[in-house]
Amino acid sequence: MAESWNDNPILTVEHLTMRFGGLVAVDDVSFSVGRSDITALIGPNGAGKTTVFNCLTGFYKPTEGRITLRNGDRQFLLERMDDFRISSTAKVARTFQNIRLFSGMTLLENLMISQHNYLMRASGYTLAGIFGLRGYKTAEKAAIEKSKYWLDRVGLTDRADDPAGDLPYGAQRRLEIARAMCTDPVLLCLDEPAAGLNPRESEELNRLLRYIRETHRIGILLIEHDMSVVMGISDHVVVLDYGQKLSDGSATAVRTDPAVIRAYLGVDEEELEAAARQGDEAIKAIVRDVKAVESEAAKGKP
Amino acid sequence: MAVAETKAIASSRRWESGVVLRDCLLAALVAAVLFVPILGVRTEWIGGANITLRYRWPAVIIACAVVFVGRLLLHLLIWNRSTAIAPVFAPLSRPLANLELGKYLGPVVLLCALVLPFLPFSDRYVMDVSILIATYVMLGWGLQVVVGLAGLLDLGYVAFYAVGAYSYALLAYYFGFSFWICLPLAGILAACWGLILGFPVLRLRGDYLAIVTLAFGEIIRLVLLNWHEFTGGPNGISNVPRPTFFGIPFTRTEEGFAATFGLEYSNLHRLIFLYYLAIALALVTFYVTNRLRGLPIGRAWEALREDEVACRSLGLNTTNTKLTAFAIGAMFGGFAGSFFATKQGFISPESFNFLESATILAIVVLGGMSSQLGVVLAAVVMVGGLEALRQLYFLKLVFGQDFDPSQLRMLLFGTAMVLVMLWRPRGLVSTREATVFLKEKKKVSADLVGQGHG
Repeated sequence: MAESWNDNPILTVEHLTMRFGGLVAVDDVSFSVGRSDITALIGPNGAGKTTVFNCLTGFYKPTEGRITLRNGDRQFLLERMDDFRISSTAKVARTFQNIRLFSGMTLLENLMISQHNYLMRASGYTLAGIFGLRGYKTAEKAAIEKSKYWLDRVGLTDRADDPAGDLPYGAQRRLEIARAMCTDPVLLCLDEPAAGLNPRESEELNRLLRYIRETHRIGILLIEHDMSVVMGISDHVVVLDYGQKLSDGSATAVRTDPAVIRAYLGVDEEELEAAARQGDEAIKAIVRDVKAVESEAAKGKP
Repeated sequence: MAVAETKAIASSRRWESGVVLRDCLLAALVAAVLFVPILGVRTEWIGGANITLRYRWPAVIIACAVVFVGRLLLHLLIWNRSTAIAPVFAPLSRPLANLELGKYLGPVVLLCALVLPFLPFSDRYVMDVSILIATYVMLGWGLQVVVGLAGLLDLGYVAFYAVGAYSYALLAYYFGFSFWICLPLAGILAACWGLILGFPVLRLRGDYLAIVTLAFGEIIRLVLLNWHEFTGGPNGISNVPRPTFFGIPFTRTEEGFAATFGLEYSNLHRLIFLYYLAIALALVTFYVTNRLRGLPIGRAWEALREDEVACRSLGLNTTNTKLTAFAIGAMFGGFAGSFFATKQGFISPESFNFLESATILAIVVLGGMSSQLGVVLAAVVMVGGLEALRQLYFLKLVFGQDFDPSQLRMLLFGTAMVLVMLWRPRGLVSTREATVFLKEKKKVSADLVGQGHG
């Protein structure tokens, strides 16, 4: 079971470095994401998690490093691709930390836009569509069916014809995931999907992510602060701190890693060593503290 | 207790009336500062090279008094909560769609447009103004693709109008092409210029995009003005061929339209033909733009207006999407320009100044960024209304026979625009209609719809 993500990774990040002027936001980070694994990228604020995400999805061009996506026998070097091609060709979908929906458009329209490339080809790059040829009509029906499926999955079918901007916060988060899934990704990147959700909504999110992984067999990479989400569903956790990789392993391995606990709690060396001497129970107690601090932080968020 | 309360209210009233009076006096003071140089002093020519100053203090005093009383009335009637008459205006600010008017207004407007030439009052002047309105409706629908759907503020739209007009005029002048060949060519050429404008501004947003498009419009106009050998410079191109009724010219001769169909010759025939041509071109524009909106490309334009970053994350090639918006918008501008050239028979760079761009943009903004019906209403109001204001002859009864009512027309028009934008800040028809739906087509309120990056 150990390190299964290295056997058949869908995504390999090697020596990724991102500098903004003098600031090194990500420093020589390497990790792999397993095919149909849920991988969590965690770390304190400012650790460089979102920068890694932006490099993966092409919004930043990394200063150094290689990002390889393997889909069947096709390989893509993501650091060389335009951001929109990473989504349309390499099939990596993402969501945003501050939700970016098309708020003036209905839920259904939001999901239709993510099938734009498929529909565009079906409409003969608009020419066939303008004369109302049959091929486009069937393609549009298929796209609506797929949107319906995903609306159903995230429980928003009743509101399909409402503008996305009218949805409550939690529903907007779910819609963004549905929209990303409509692009038929092989890797889904979620930037803090549980931020601002209440415990019940977090639980729903966990179920949705598990469902996506089990039914659609795709890899999920998520940035998260909510430890109940991270520990509850991730197969693999990567911890970043100050732009460097601190720890990498299964959820249980990471949660007992002294380096992680130190980074999260700011515990000094001696205390930690003492805790290690007292055995596993003490470290568990520290982990409980971590959770308490995290949930406090989550409550503090608007 | 009660006494104390009454006292408190009374004192607050006194305090309030003091504030109101002070505010009115302040307004009058500001008015005085403005009106002393504008109204109070007038230079008069007293023969030879001499001029003298005449002071008109009564006019200044009257103007300040009007401001004072007006401000006081506003305080008493509108801003005062107890006697507010403000709710009177509330129905005006309800969207047209809510009145269920929108559904029927479109067909009614189209029907009116189709029967207009046969109505008894339709003389030369009415037809001329109607053709102008139809041209602006077409331009408005074309610009709406760029500004309304894709959310790219284009202040140089008149450049494509000019390209269309000059394409037809020059192709007819140098090669003798007919209108029907030139019309698609003008559209294609204008679309190419749309791409040429599109490339450099791909990365620009907001104010920067507006400035560059504005400059582009001016560049085209200046090239037309200064390339004397090719375009005729400021003299323009005259004798642009008039359109024919499928080969039959509108002339008094034996082969003319009137003789062929056994009608009595009238120069209205040509105008009526031009009018229907304009309506037909506008309807083609309507059909195509309306159709595009429901297709993936139209949805992509709207998504681009809502959030460009999200578009890229979903695999949309935003470069192509923007360029198609510019090209399609420009193409309709080119069609309209080519029609304008054949209607006028004479074109010069004078016709394509910034004011035209501003008028077209104003029509789109006033009409509502994503409503095609709104553009029609706004074009009727802007172009027709401006013409109607020329007819304010009753003002002569008030101000005497020397008064020229058309002088006031811009003032009244500006006031009307400000008032409309106060009541309907997102345009006359501000709601957005969804392009696809599962159960029912709902209207999206304007508050949620993005305004684009420009």
